Amino acid sequence: MTPDDPKDPAGQHETVPGTSPGASPQGGVVPDSRGEFTPVRTDTPVADPGLPAHQWRPTDVDPKLEKRAERQVAGMFVAAQVFVVLFVVSYFVFDIGGDGDAILGLGASTVTLGLCLGIALLLIGVGIIQWARKLMGDHEISEMRHPARSSDEDRTATLEALRVGTEESGIARRPLIRNTLLGSVGLLGVPAVVLLRDLGPTPGEVATEQPYEGAGLANTVWADGMRVVRDVIGTPIRAADLEIGDLVNATAAALYETNEEGELVLEGTERLIANSKAPVIVVRMEPDEIEDVDGRENWTVDGIIAYSKICTHVGCPISLYERTTHHVLCPCHQSTFDLADGANVVFGPAARALPQLALAVDDEGYLVAQSDFDEPVGPSFWERG
Amino acid sequence: MRLLNRTAGRLSRHRRRPVAGLLVLLLGLFATGTFYAAFAPAQAETTASDAAQVEEGRELFLIGCAFCHGTNGEGVLTESGTQYGPALAGVGAAAVDFQVGTGRMPLVQPGQQAPRKPVIYSQDEIDALGAFVASLGPGPAVPEESEYSVEGLSAEEQEEAVVRGGEIFRTNCTACHNFDGAGGAMPRGGYAPSLKGVEPKYIYEALLTGPQSMPTFSNGNLTPEDKADVIAYLQESEEQPTYGGFGLGSMGPVAEGLFAWVVGIGGLVGFAIWIAAHSTRSLKQKGTTE
Repeated sequence: MTPDDPKDPAGQHETVPGTSPGASPQGGVVPDSRGEFTPVRTDTPVADPGLPAHQWRPTDVDPKLEKRAERQVAGMFVAAQVFVVLFVVSYFVFDIGGDGDAILGLGASTVTLGLCLGIALLLIGVGIIQWARKLMGDHEISEMRHPARSSDEDRTATLEALRVGTEESGIARRPLIRNTLLGSVGLLGVPAVVLLRDLGPTPGEVATEQPYEGAGLANTVWADGMRVVRDVIGTPIRAADLEIGDLVNATAAALYETNEEGELVLEGTERLIANSKAPVIVVRMEPDEIEDVDGRENWTVDGIIAYSKICTHVGCPISLYERTTHHVLCPCHQSTFDLADGANVVFGPAARALPQLALAVDDEGYLVAQSDFDEPVGPSFWERG
Repeated sequence: MRLLNRTAGRLSRHRRRPVAGLLVLLLGLFATGTFYAAFAPAQAETTASDAAQVEEGRELFLIGCAFCHGTNGEGVLTESGTQYGPALAGVGAAAVDFQVGTGRMPLVQPGQQAPRKPVIYSQDEIDALGAFVASLGPGPAVPEESEYSVEGLSAEEQEEAVVRGGEIFRTNCTACHNFDGAGGAMPRGGYAPSLKGVEPKYIYEALLTGPQSMPTFSNGNLTPEDKADVIAYLQESEEQPTYGGFGLGSMGPVAEGLFAWVVGIGGLVGFAIWIAAHSTRSLKQKGTTE
């Protein structure tokens, strides 16, 4: 018998009135000698023993212990206040950022502020727990479940209201009004679509449009003849200076280009965007160790090879390079690329090889790019074929 | 002035005597002999000691290194064609000084990692080994202290070097050696060692020679000044107090997460168990004591 049994509207689910006598030999209901039905549980074979007798806590029966617990709780709350005051005092006494290793090699201000606030919060919490455990009432109680079904009167009334509404509005009898209303409301979706389309550039525009040099997901600041420079240092790299086994974390010279006043040409957001897409790892290995990739025969200079430093999985910068295996590993999700074999993925979640930067040497012997990358750098995105 | 004139006059009078010529000749011969004794044989001795040092190194090499690297440092290949011990021609004295001077070589057994361990050769023996290996082919020499030290710079220049070194370190080194130089895991069971407490000379040599899987940072890649800046930064960062709290080995989220889960959450669980376990009940009924 479940609470929402239609025969049991009042929720008296312990009793089963109205079933025929003797119908259920295992339990069921049988009339007693006076012809009345006695309530018999049918859902459990064992009668509910009810709650056990309540056992009192020492603090409930002994007023002395009760007083003591009260003092304990109040004491903790008072101690919490003391620590809050100590927090404020140490805030003003200790220099923030000074006394580098005053306490256990840690900053005095950091330690005292943290400890005072932490202990104060802990004392408030412990006090409340102690209060609840020792002093608040802890009588066991049981609360009955109620059926989820509405009463029959409510159901009938609601259905009647709906019927009258349908009848009086005439929506069922006047299909012309109904259909035109549906049409007009449906058409309201169109302005939303038009407005949404103009909220930003389309995916295609984001990928390829270049309002400034190197913008768009498919482009970087690299260009034909741009020098490869050491990242952070900004100096160009002479091809002859690199030895076999060398790894250079490099980037595009455009990032270090300055105008007549010595100020950087690329500034602000444009600089950040360029900086996020331009980095390359340049390594030099034995030329015969490099596996040929079709169409990239002239992209290396005497064993010097450059690949994008941005992982094709989710775009972490990678330079964990093993000289002996020529593998470069991404620290985020362990994607591993073989730089001697077209930077193909040899392990991990990355889906495509690192884009290669075609290298050449300029008149002065410095490494330059032959062009921008021939594919977008970094992780996959919607418009990528 | 008169005294000077008189002395000059006496000298010039003696100069005309026949003995004077002989005296000058004897003096010249004596001086030449002295100068020759002072300089020329010394050079000959150095060359002789160089050869002796190479020879001493060769003998040490044959005992301690030749099993893996071959008797002439030509390297040994395994049956499957992989390197057992790499060829040493061209690695230079710097590589020997690093590998043997930090105890990495000789290896206890071949493996993915050559761990640091107590150094078993004296510095003289290491120098001899280095001289022998350097004689196999041209390679980087053991650097002078002036190359990796920023001691000579002014305080302001030193600070600049530290800032610059930090930038270079974060760009080139942190991928393997961790943001604080605490080292980190590498593929197939290897690891990048911690840089804490490593002598500047060995950091410089490691950059120069690229031990084990490490790429090299030759002087054409990172200039000696750049390397000195990185070393200055590393030394400065070691002296930094852990202001905000215990560094837990500077291993980042791994160590911190372990601490939070074991100590933090574990402590809370223990506290909850303690609260639940200490719910004493009385056998007395309410009102019986009053």
